[in-house]
Amino acid sequence: MSENPAEEIRAQLDSVYRAESGRILATLIRLLGDFDLAEDAMQDAFTAALDRWLKEGIPENPRAWLVSTGRFKAIDALRRRARFDASQEKIAEEIEAQSSSGPAEDESVPDDRLRLIFTCCHPALAPEARVALTLREVCGLTTEEIARAFLTTPPTLAQRIVRAKSKIREARIPYQVPSPAELAERLGAVLHVIYLVFNEGYSASSGATLTRPDLSREAIRLGRLLQELLPEPEVMGLLALMLLQESRRASRTSPTGELILLESQNRSLWDRERIEEGVALVERALRSRRFGPYTLQAAIAAVHAEAPAAAATDWPQIVALYGALARIEPSPVIELNRAVAVAMRDGPEAGLILVDALLARGELADYHLAHSARADLCRRLGRVEEARTSYEKALALTVQEPERRFLENRLRELG
Amino acid sequence: MKYVCLGYIEPQKFETMSPSEQQSMLDECFSYDDELRKNGHFAGGEALQGSEAAVTLRWKDGKAVVTDGPYAETKEQLGGILILEARDLNHAIQLMSKHPGVKAGPFEIRPAADLGEMVRQSEQRRSGQGR
Repeated sequence: MSENPAEEIRAQLDSVYRAESGRILATLIRLLGDFDLAEDAMQDAFTAALDRWLKEGIPENPRAWLVSTGRFKAIDALRRRARFDASQEKIAEEIEAQSSSGPAEDESVPDDRLRLIFTCCHPALAPEARVALTLREVCGLTTEEIARAFLTTPPTLAQRIVRAKSKIREARIPYQVPSPAELAERLGAVLHVIYLVFNEGYSASSGATLTRPDLSREAIRLGRLLQELLPEPEVMGLLALMLLQESRRASRTSPTGELILLESQNRSLWDRERIEEGVALVERALRSRRFGPYTLQAAIAAVHAEAPAAAATDWPQIVALYGALARIEPSPVIELNRAVAVAMRDGPEAGLILVDALLARGELADYHLAHSARADLCRRLGRVEEARTSYEKALALTVQEPERRFLENRLRELG
Repeated sequence: MKYVCLGYIEPQKFETMSPSEQQSMLDECFSYDDELRKNGHFAGGEALQGSEAAVTLRWKDGKAVVTDGPYAETKEQLGGILILEARDLNHAIQLMSKHPGVKAGPFEIRPAADLGEMVRQSEQRRSGQGR
């Protein structure tokens, strides 16, 4: 116990904020019908709690207390503003009328947070605004924290959020969970936002990136929340994919920051707990028979995760999964991955034929991984000069420092 | 987190307002200040007299020299500062966009810099010199 009761209340409030602010805000937006009004109300409720809880003790249900205090604060604020702007009085009355007919005690409706997630990821908003809004409104990160994580300035990010909120207001984007008819498409947008956040935290591996793993953790937290609220197969698939990728984080780079490929990673560093959870989720999603691209990618990651050594990888299974993925989401990058898996199953020559055919189509001409995959197959076939040319092409197209060093090493090894 | 809000005004614009317009403008501003105070967002602030009452101190030829003014040529003058307690930059923007003062002139919102570490290092240097 802390010596200072005010300090103790503050610490308590901080943890309530972390755990509950998303839910409280989601409910207040529904009750008050406005993002800004709800946010102010929530902040004011937390400020009031500091003082009142110190005098009266912590309420039995802190969340319900904060929601109802927030609503009173909003009505209060509207009334005070009504002295100068009569239209505010009408809004205050409407909110009051709704509250007297609405549910008592704990005002939260389970789908409030889902409404919030779907609104923040609404397709009418610019993609980078969806990410910023979701992290701030759903995850409770501050503008400054998000700016730091995305290597941008707080004023830029703040304006993005302001513009997104006025868009919600002006376009009258409804605060609701989409109907079953549009759910699949709208869910796709939500999953995309979560995966973007995850990847920002996962693939950044150079420079001052200490805060980046936080983004992956935040994305996994979001994925868990969504899975709890809306256990659709693709939600499970995405959560599984993130858990399985995250399970390898410790083995992906050497202590000096060098990139380590999957086949050379120290598998004893893989996080077994995350793998187990991810594999179980993939299996559930696959059983549903309504799975999509995230589940298939997670299934591929699961095959790798379950192989005790690189040589023991079930390549036929991976080839089949990439084939299925290419059918539901045709993309040259997926075909490239399939070609690499074919090379592992049938030998480098079979893979090279596929990679060359893909490169001949031109879509991957500027994709560094296509050239480094080709280089690797040529190297394994002993075609040193071709390997060198392809590694050099890949190097010319690579901007990330650890990847550049990796390719330079490979070139040196060719002799 | 503290944000310093620099409020700019156009003195000519205020002077051409009728007395009742001036009063209602002030009432609105003070009333909103009270609201900020009540919810713990008002961490301090001062209104400023006009720049004709100001002097500027400047280091010149080895000593501090006083001049009148700044006599800025621009129509907008710094009219007051308000120190805001807000959760983040967007919260500060939200609070200040409802401030009636924004109708009279722009607010510049700047996060307060945390010099805690610099002060600590400086104290170390100075106590080291003292010994």
